[in-house]
Formats: sequence, structure tokens, C-alpha cells
Amino acid sequence: MVNVGKIARRSFLVGSVAVAGGVAFGYYAVQKPHKNPLLASLADGEATFNPWVKISSKGITLITPHADLGQGAYSMQAALIAEELDLEFGQFDIEPGVPAAAYYNTALGAELAPFRSTDESFQAETMRTVFSSVTKLMGAQGTGGSSSVPDSFEKLRIAGAVARETLKKAASKRTGIDVSDLTTRQAAVVLPDGTMLTYAELAADAAKIKPVKNVELRDPSEWRLVGKEMQRLDIIPKSTGTLTYGIDLDFEGMLYAAVKVNPRQGGELNGYDASTAETMRGVQKILPVTNGVAVIANNTWRAFKAVDAITYDWGDAPYPAEQADHWKAVEASFTDDFLDNEWRADGDVDAAIDGNSIEAEYRAPYVAHQPLEPIGAVIKVTDDRLDIWVGHQMPRFVQQQIAAITGHDVKDIHLHNQYMGGSFGHRLEFENVKLAAEIGNQMRGEIIKLTFSREEDFAHDFPRQIAMARGRGAVSGGQVEAYDLGVAAVSSSDSQGARANLSRPGPDGQLAAGAWNLPYAVPNFRMRTYKVPELAPTSSWRSVGASSNGFFADCFLDELIHAAGADPMAERIRLCDHDVSRKVLEAVAEMSGWGTDLGENRGRGVAFVESFGVPIAEVIEVTNTENGIRIDKVFVAADVGTVVDPINFDNHVKGGVVWGLGHAMNCEITYADGMAEQSNFHAHEGMRLHQCPEIVVRGLENAEKVRGIGEPPVPPAAPALANAIFAATGQRIREMPFNKHIQFV
Amino acid sequence: MRITVNGVTTNVDVEDEMPLLWVLRDELKVKGPKYGCGIAQCGACTVHVDGLAVRSCSITAKQVEGRDVTTIEGIGSPDALHAVQEAWIEHQVAQCGYCQSGQIMSAASFLSMHPSPSDDQIDHAMSANLCRCGTYPRIREAIKTAAAKMREA
Repeated sequence: MVNVGKIARRSFLVGSVAVAGGVAFGYYAVQKPHKNPLLASLADGEATFNPWVKISSKGITLITPHADLGQGAYSMQAALIAEELDLEFGQFDIEPGVPAAAYYNTALGAELAPFRSTDESFQAETMRTVFSSVTKLMGAQGTGGSSSVPDSFEKLRIAGAVARETLKKAASKRTGIDVSDLTTRQAAVVLPDGTMLTYAELAADAAKIKPVKNVELRDPSEWRLVGKEMQRLDIIPKSTGTLTYGIDLDFEGMLYAAVKVNPRQGGELNGYDASTAETMRGVQKILPVTNGVAVIANNTWRAFKAVDAITYDWGDAPYPAEQADHWKAVEASFTDDFLDNEWRADGDVDAAIDGNSIEAEYRAPYVAHQPLEPIGAVIKVTDDRLDIWVGHQMPRFVQQQIAAITGHDVKDIHLHNQYMGGSFGHRLEFENVKLAAEIGNQMRGEIIKLTFSREEDFAHDFPRQIAMARGRGAVSGGQVEAYDLGVAAVSSSDSQGARANLSRPGPDGQLAAGAWNLPYAVPNFRMRTYKVPELAPTSSWRSVGASSNGFFADCFLDELIHAAGADPMAERIRLCDHDVSRKVLEAVAEMSGWGTDLGENRGRGVAFVESFGVPIAEVIEVTNTENGIRIDKVFVAADVGTVVDPINFDNHVKGGVVWGLGHAMNCEITYADGMAEQSNFHAHEGMRLHQCPEIVVRGLENAEKVRGIGEPPVPPAAPALANAIFAATGQRIREMPFNKHIQFV
Repeated sequence: MRITVNGVTTNVDVEDEMPLLWVLRDELKVKGPKYGCGIAQCGACTVHVDGLAVRSCSITAKQVEGRDVTTIEGIGSPDALHAVQEAWIEHQVAQCGYCQSGQIMSAASFLSMHPSPSDDQIDHAMSANLCRCGTYPRIREAIKTAAAKMREA
């Protein structure tokens, strides 16, 4: 298995050599391109110019290897290629492609470098290059970390331009007309007399020549698609019930599987009695799986019913059985023994606070992912080949996980990635694929669809980290003088990494994300993280560390600003030492009419968090009604450098706000007797439509680098709401979910 | 047992208590209605029974015998869209889209009874359908657009 720690150390050397101007083998390995996976399956007369474009006489296929969880990644990737290749939507097909090293994520590595994203110093940029080399050497293909746009933005336009120039060269060879006299439009090369040679008819010729290497990308002023409103490729199927998700797949003779695994996650199965289940209609087989049992039947419902009819003797959980003990473990971790890192130590907080400390303690609970399409997979295992149809964000890791169970060579494991009904981090995990592999392996030759019941999905969700923060601070002369924040949390990165056989060197940046990187020049600023030993297993939950840290960090700052008697917006703007971030705050102040009178029983709160390189600010207006708090309106300003599709951007920001608010208000996962107490949406519903406020969104484009917007809208939502509730009621809420402390309409 | 789905009557050999959702999905291979929760909490499985929105996970095969079941496939298609589907496309409501079959079926049934709904009526009617992606602002807009289209038609 790949060990990121080892590779990271090795490539530090590579990086050093490269920076010093030397050329070593390692450097060569980093520069060398991965093999084009499309070459393996090209039909006669079909041309491929790079791993993303395939053209034959029958048509054009664009490969969109970033998984589509619902975020519109397929359309975004296709648009970037089509921009330079001069294709219109409707003139090409898309395929998710096969798992391949060539599709390694160029943006994920850079985020691992321990620098604030606002730091563009030589050292920071160098380390980002080094870390990117690591993900390339690993061939780490993945979707997550709001990285699909940053990863794709340049390389897919280059892929389109390479294909375009190669097709022009082929046309030039055929017609004898100089390449400089040729243009492209509507999937065709256009000759000076207006004659159009379609790409399809040039494909066979283009296949015979070497792809053109030196291409120039078009100036943004010439873009036809990027930055313009687009209609998503999947919008009609998704509005007519005709899109096939993984759960909808159907094959001749397919069987249906349900599982029940010890709800005390990681606990063993001591024994079970399936005598009733065996006699139930449609049940074909009852199989043992790791820590649980699978039922194979001829209908999903029959499988669900039978697996529920089995009686189980479950072993103990490998973590504290009761929620109170989880909190005690977190509370006990604010000590030097558990110190993971001191991320920031500007000035001298101890001297500045000196007995005048303002203190507060914050909490964020476990929360479940629970995308609406439950997890599952369709699998067929034979002796020499394995096929799995599943929506997954880490396809090459899926192959590794399955190979370890069935013994197949990775090259014989064929993963067919599917449209997903949401993820929010859930489909980075492997429980469904591992169980499908165990089932398929015991029933070789059969094609089987495994579907998790909602209850099984809740029981085996690896939730967001449980976390606490303790803040100390001081104010003087109407200003914030000292800010000292300690965060103690379990490491979802470690928990998730262990399941993926990955280890990571150094401190866990997600423990500090969204807090240490606040662009505020408080004269005395300290931020420390304490790593709580693993409790219940946890995983990346939309916006990861920043989802809890943003709440802690911004709300505590808000407390200090109020203590100083300053205006929450003006003081944040005064403290802000990053130009792009300040403009975000100024924009949201202007959008929301900050400072105007809202009237009685109403309040307004602002929060700013930077995560995944995106500075984003939200202002929330609430009314304290007789029936509880009503969220009236949310204003959001975010800077992603370049907005690729304004409609999708708008929809995503609004969805992120709803996600952030809904869970902050209403949701937690708690453990009793070692099991999650929340088993379905009645107990963990997020936000429903009647609670949804009006949301006004503005995308700014002042930043240098292009960024993704999938996660960044989430972290500021909870603190903006808590700050607004304080403004309206005087009640300071320091624990999520807020409905434990205040009622909502 | 004879079940009529989108105008087609079929004999199905299922237990009386099998939820309609699983008759549709696994027996009749009608995949528009989605499984989300199984307990009428999310609305992803919404269909019409005799024109009324119903959670197909929580109504049995026996209960729909002899009645007309309509799924999203039955109200419109990519070539012949229902007004609600047109509005959903115009506003590009969907993100993951998994809940949207149910949202559209709830909205279509609701609008047939409330051609000029108030904001409160929309909030009340649509709050039983969960959207984890948070497309609610667009759902509200699309319902208003669809209402206008249906009034004009």
C-alpha cells in the first residue's frame, strides 16, 4: 500500500534538488507524463490526443474523470474542454473514464502544504509544487476538497486546445492549406473558403499524426462558455426521472442484497440466528460478512425484511459506549500531551491578556453525511475478472480495497463510476464496496446489487469529528487586542486515512482549518490544536475541519468585538490584512445594507471564514418571533478567482448555506450503548423547505487562483446565524445543534 | 394482483404488504421513484395514486390494487415535458437530483389543487420533501413559474 508519509519525505529531496536547479531521476519521474488510458481501448480509426478527448468517425467523447456527486462536475469538465475545442453542448458524449494514474488530482497536493492559502511566498509555492508531485507520483485520482475546478481549469482547456490544434494539423495535411489559415467552429475545422471539415471525418487522419504539443490558451475575453450561464448536461434527465443512478442499475438475472453489520462500529458479531429469515419468501442465500450478515434475495424489500428478521449477538464497540464519555475525552485533551501543533503565535497573548481574560467554550457534535441516495454497489465477480458499478470519489482506492478481499489483480478490477445522489464526503469511504466484494466473492458468477437501508446507512456513517474550542482574549480601546483559540478534536483525517491505508506526515491541518488562517492582524494571536485520541470513527464531512472550526473561531471573535464595543463588520474589516478577503467583507456589508435599522426583535450577524482557499462572508438576518427564531435572509459574498458557471455557482452557494444552517440548527449524532441513536431522517433531517431563508449570492473574481465552491459556503453559515441570534436576543449560543438552546420557527 | 402504472395494467406476484415503491422499482423496473428513507420522511418516492401525491414507500401493493398509479415517467418525458418539469429545467433546480422526482410529483399534485399558491402554502406543501443538496430556493422559484405556466395552459 502507498504510504504518503514515505513518499512525502522522498519528494522533499526531489523538491530540494529541483529548486537548486539540479535534474535527478526523481525529478524526471515527476515530469514524465502518465500513460494515456484511452489508448488501451481505441477502436479502429478512433483518435485520442490526451486522456480527455477521443474522436472517431461516429462522434466525439469527452472524458470527465472527476466524479459527479451532484455538484455538476461532468458539465464543468466538459465545458472546459469544449471551450478550447470549439464544441457546443450537444455535440459530444461524456464518459467518466476508467480509474487511471493519468487522472491524478493536480490540486489536492497543493492543499496539503502547511501554508495559509493567502500566502503566495516563494517557500509556500515551492512546497505546493512538491506536494503536487507527491499526488502525481501516487497517481492519486480523486474528487473532493473542492478541488475539481482548480484541478481541471487549466489542464482541461489545454487538453481541448491540443486536440483542436492536432485536428487543424490533420486538416492542413489533407488540404495543403497552412495551419495559420484554418479556424475551428462547431466541431469542425473551417477552411478559408468556409468549407467545414468535421472533427469526425478528420479523426482517422489525426490518429496518424503526433499530437501538437505547444498550444496557447485563449484570452478570457474570447471565452464562449466559461463564465457564461450554462445548462447542465444532466438537467433534463434529472427533471424527468430518467437519469440512472447507481441504485437504479438493472441487469438480467440480478439478485438483491441487504446487510446488517454490528451497529457498534468495528465491533464483532458473536453469533446470529437466521432460522426465520431462511424460510422467508424470495431469500436465496444468507452469508457471513465482516462483523455482520448479508441476505441475498430476489427483491430489495425482501432482502431488507429478512436481514431484519435475523437475531444478532453483537460484540462491544471499540470506543466509549456513551456519548457523555466522548465529551469527557475531548474535554480532557486540552493539555500539552495532546498538543498537535501551534499554528500561529503572533505577539504575546499571555502578556496581552494578563488577568483581563474574556473566556468561552464551544462545542460541535458528530454529524452524519446521509446523502439521499443510500450507499450500495452492483458487483459481479468471476475468477478472472471483477466488475463493480458504484458512484465513488476515489476509484483507484476502490480497486485496492477490493483486490485485498478477492485477490484479483487491480488491472482485472473494472470500476464503472456512476452518477451519485449526493455525497458530502460519504462516498470517500469503502464500507459499501468492501461488503459488495465480500458478497460477490462468495457468489462468483452472479450479478448482485447491494443496497443499504437508510437505517444501516445511518448506523455505519462515519460522522464529522466531535470537537471543542476554548477561547481566551482581551480587548482595549474599542479594539480586539488578543485572541487565543485552542481546538481539541478527533482527527477525521487520521480515521479516514487508516481505512484507506494512508498515513500523513506532520500535524493534522484539518484540526486547524478555518481558524488559524483567519486573515486578521490581531496584534496577539495564538492558535493551537489538540488531537483527541480516536473515539467513534469519523470522516470528512462537507468542509471538514472548517465546518466546526469556522463556528468556534468566528463566534469567539464576535464575542471579543462585542466586548470591545466595536461594530462587528467594521472591526473585522479593520483587522483584515488580506486585500481579497477585505473586499469580500466590504461586498457583503454593502449587499446586506449593514448598519441600517432592522426594527424590533430582529438582528443581524456576520461571519467570515476562509476554507479551501476561498474567502467567504455571510450576513444573516433573523427575527425573534413568538414561535422561535426565524431566519429571514442570508447574504453571501465569495471570491473564487473565476466563476466558471454562474448558475451552478449560485445553486452551490445556496446549497452550502442550507447545509451549514440545517445541521447547525437541527442535527447531531449521539452514541448510546455504542450505537448511533439517530436512525433515519426524522431524527436528523437537516433543513426542510419551510426553514429555508431567502439567500442572495455574489461571486467576486479578485483572487489570482481559481477555486472550487463546493465546501466553502458551509463554515460561515453557523457562526453568522449564532451571531445574528445574539444580536436579536442577547443570547450567545456556543454549542451545535442550536435547537438544544433555542427554538426555531 | 393487478396494478395499473402510468396507464398500463400488469399482473404482479407480490406479497400484499410489499410497499408500492419496491413493486415499482424491482418488479416493474420503474426507477423514477427513489428509495430514500422507507418511512415517509423524505418524499423521494412520491407518486400519484388517483391523482394525489402519496409516499410509495408507505403504501402497500394491496392498497393500490385497482387504482391508478402515476410516476414521474407518467406525467411527462424529455420530449413532452409537464409544466412543472419545464419550470424545473428553466430554473436548473437539480444538483444531485435524487430527490427531484419526488419534489416534482409533490409540486404537480399541489399545483393541481392550488393554482395560485401563496408562499406559506408552498412552504407547507413542500416541507415533507427533503433535499440534502439544499435546492429549496430554486424549488420555490420553479413552483411559481410552473403555477404561471399551468394557469396559462
